[in-house]
Amino acid sequence: MKWIPFLRVAVILLLLGILETLCQLGVIDNFTMPPPTRIAQDLVNILLSGKLNAAIAKTLSNAAIAFALAVSVGIVAAVLIHATPSLREALDPLFATYYAIPVLAFYPLLIIIFGLGSIPKILIAFMLGVVAVIVNTLNGLDRVPRVLRKSARIARLSAVQTALKITLPYAAPFVVTGVKFAIAYALIGIIGSEFIMSTDGMGFEIAFAYNNFDNATMYPLIALVVMVSISANMALGVWERRILTRRGLQ
Amino acid sequence: MKVQSDTDLHVTLRGVKKVFHAEQGDVHALGPIDLDLRRGEFYAVVGPSGCGKSTLLELLAGLSSVTEGDIRFEGQPIGGDIPDGVGVVFQEDACFPWLNVSQNIAFGLEQRRTPAALQDELLAHALGVMGLEAFAKSYPSQLSGGMRQRVCIARTLVLQPRLILLDEPFGALDQQTRLLMGEELLKLWRDTGATVFLITHALDEAAMLADRIGVMSARPGRLLETVSTGWPVDRDSRIVESPEFGQVTARLWQRLREESMKSIGKEKRA
Repeated sequence: MKWIPFLRVAVILLLLGILETLCQLGVIDNFTMPPPTRIAQDLVNILLSGKLNAAIAKTLSNAAIAFALAVSVGIVAAVLIHATPSLREALDPLFATYYAIPVLAFYPLLIIIFGLGSIPKILIAFMLGVVAVIVNTLNGLDRVPRVLRKSARIARLSAVQTALKITLPYAAPFVVTGVKFAIAYALIGIIGSEFIMSTDGMGFEIAFAYNNFDNATMYPLIALVVMVSISANMALGVWERRILTRRGLQ
Repeated sequence: MKVQSDTDLHVTLRGVKKVFHAEQGDVHALGPIDLDLRRGEFYAVVGPSGCGKSTLLELLAGLSSVTEGDIRFEGQPIGGDIPDGVGVVFQEDACFPWLNVSQNIAFGLEQRRTPAALQDELLAHALGVMGLEAFAKSYPSQLSGGMRQRVCIARTLVLQPRLILLDEPFGALDQQTRLLMGEELLKLWRDTGATVFLITHALDEAAMLADRIGVMSARPGRLLETVSTGWPVDRDSRIVESPEFGQVTARLWQRLREESMKSIGKEKRA
């Protein structure tokens, strides 16, 4: 099965090759989309020139803040909610319908409250991600066997110690799923709000380039966003696989 | 050498009763029970399923509190608080799957902030006693059920408990493994001098391991009779070949048969 990773890379290269050919042959005209090799060159040029470094740094740091908030607040909230059955029953309908709410619709409201800075965007990204972390962590906490909770009591662990040393480690595979969602939602939330209304960031630059028919900026930035998101997910995937392998789940 | 005298009481239960309050009405699960465990003795409890054996163990472990009565361990009342010096091994797999064997065993030592050098020493000893040296760095998922139960026993043992409570610890294991684990349990009991309280549904297990065996009634669980085996301290599983073993097992079954039928009848009616 060692050749499977190569096969996966080959599939991606093949698709890129087809896209490249279609662009080079003019089936896809260059005003619609430049060939992938061109996009790659443009991306290198953008990164080397440094003209968009501030925008990239802004977006990635905001996404990182939103991600860290969603994960930490989400895990703590899940532990508290799990320990309080009545609170859980009260919140369950909210969690069940939460992702039917278009959170981005609150963005204008948040701008009115906090102004056109980073805070509304971070809040949007946080709101998108935090519930995924809570729901997945709760799912994991529900699966902690009774005997492990008993063992924690026998070891005379406090409630906080039990969460940190027993229940959260047990729930780790589920927490990781929530964390993966949080990464994706952090980028979606930040870049999405930058698209809608912003003065800086990658989303703003992509929208700006779009309005100016500037394919040499728009496509490389889109490619960069995709690459950042996939790399972050893959890094988490490595961690996830390590956890699952230890538990004999993979 | 084990010092045993009738006045050296390690655990005492007086009029212990447990009633669970449920919406459908109260369930009288256990008692009243009076029982004395001598320091260093191996006491087993057998009883029909659902008779409250595990409830009794949870009371002793301090995991739940009595409705009536009084339990004392080394003279101190156990009132729903986890007493120091008590170790528990459960039937279910209680290994921590995210920790390797060494980390599992050392968990309680870490918790107590035992000095690192002493930790290493106790850990090495526990690994050796339980035959787990070769698996020190393995994860529980890589071990068989019997091995995982060894890890749990080692995790309890390493804390040097003076009272060890075992809730059907070999219930999930195959018969040969049970016999061998029973033999190892006897060895541990001799080496540590701890008082052992074993709950089991297997009459032969109780008859082979214990000094005294309490036979429990169907719910609400009470002690019907205590059978003394009179085995020497340095016994092992070969005791099952002796005629006395047959007599003890027969005596236990005689008392249990009726009770088991009662509890099965109850289930049928329910």
